[in-house]
Amino acid sequence: MELLSHPWPWWAAGIIIGLTVPALLILGNKHFGISANLRHLCAACLPANIKFFQYDWKKEVWNFFFVGGILLGAIIATVWFQNPDPVQIHPDLAADLAAQGVTQIDGLVPADLFSWDSLFSLRGFILMVIGGFLIGFGTRYAGGCTSGHAIMGLSDLQVPSLIATISFMVGGFIMANLILPFILAL
Amino acid sequence: MSTIKEFQLPTPPQPAPEAVDQNADFEVRSLDTMCVNESQLKHPWWYNLKYTAVGLFFGLAFVKAEIVSWYRIQEMFRLESFHMYGVIGTAVVIGALSVFLIKRLKIKSIYGEEILFHPKKFNKGQIIGGLIFGLGWAMTGACPGPLFAQIGTGAIVITVTLISAIAGTWVYGYFREKLPH
Repeated sequence: MELLSHPWPWWAAGIIIGLTVPALLILGNKHFGISANLRHLCAACLPANIKFFQYDWKKEVWNFFFVGGILLGAIIATVWFQNPDPVQIHPDLAADLAAQGVTQIDGLVPADLFSWDSLFSLRGFILMVIGGFLIGFGTRYAGGCTSGHAIMGLSDLQVPSLIATISFMVGGFIMANLILPFILAL
Repeated sequence: MSTIKEFQLPTPPQPAPEAVDQNADFEVRSLDTMCVNESQLKHPWWYNLKYTAVGLFFGLAFVKAEIVSWYRIQEMFRLESFHMYGVIGTAVVIGALSVFLIKRLKIKSIYGEEILFHPKKFNKGQIIGGLIFGLGWAMTGACPGPLFAQIGTGAIVITVTLISAIAGTWVYGYFREKLPH
C-alpha cells in the first residue's frame, strides 16, 4: 500500500500502458484509441445529419466502458492511494509559474489555473475551453491521439502514426515554450 | 475466464467477406483509429466490463505515475524531465513487442477470432490536426484519456474541458469536407 501510494516510476506506468495494447486485442480484437470516444459521443448525442457522425456508434460502446474504467481507476488512485508527499516539480517550472502568480502547486493540475474561479477569467477560459476545443478538433483531424497514434500506431510500426506523433510533439513544444508564457501572463 | 467460456454462444465466428462492403463507413473508420474489426459474435452488454477492468489499471497508472499531471506535461515540453519520455518510450516498446508476438505467433482473441491490423494511410490531417492537438495538449496538460482521469481525481472543472473537446470534434465533423486532408 505504502509503495503504491508514492508516485510510480516511469517504467512501471510504461509497462502497464504498453500492455493495454495486447490486452484489448486479445480480449476482443479492439484497437486502443481513446479520442474516438469523443466522436462516438457526437454520433450518439448530436449527429445532426453530418456524414462523419452517421455510423453505428453502438458497435463502439466497448470504448465507453474502457474510459469508464479510466475514470474509476483515477477515483481509486485518489481515494485509496493518495500521494502523501508534496508534488515535486522542476525548480525552473516552479519559478516561471510563480512569476505569473501560480503558486499553489498541488494535485495534478494547478488550482490557480484550473478551477471554477479561473474558468471565468480570460486566462482560465483560454486554457480550459480553447485548450479542450483544440484537443477535440486536432485529435479527430489527425485521426487519433496519443493512444491511437503514439502508442497503438507506433506499436504497429505505422509511418502515418509516427508523423502524427511528431506533429503532436512539435505543437506541444510551440505552445509550452512560445505561446503559453503569454497566456499565463494574461 | 471460465464464465466467459460458459456463456459463449454456440455459433462460431463466420467469415463474412461481404461485411466489409456493407460497412459504408469503413474507410472513414479505418482512417480514424477506430476498431474496424467487425466481430460476428453478439454478446450481452456486461461482456464489456472486461474493458472497464483494463481501463481501471490504465487509469490507476495514469494517476499514480502522474501522466495526467499538468506539471509533468510542461516538464516534458520544456525538456526539464525524462519522466514522460520514459513512460511513452516504454509503452511503445512493450506495445510493439506485443503486436510483433501476436502477428508472429498468430495469437487469437479469447473468442478464437483472428486479430487483425489495418495499415493507416497518410493524409495531411495527421500533420495539421497533430499540430493543433499538440497546442491543446500543452495548454491543458491532457490528451483525451487523461481528461477522464483528471476528472476522476476530483478536478470536476475539467468536465468543461472535456465538453469543449467534444464540441471541437463535432466542429471538425461539420467542416470535415472543406478541410485539407
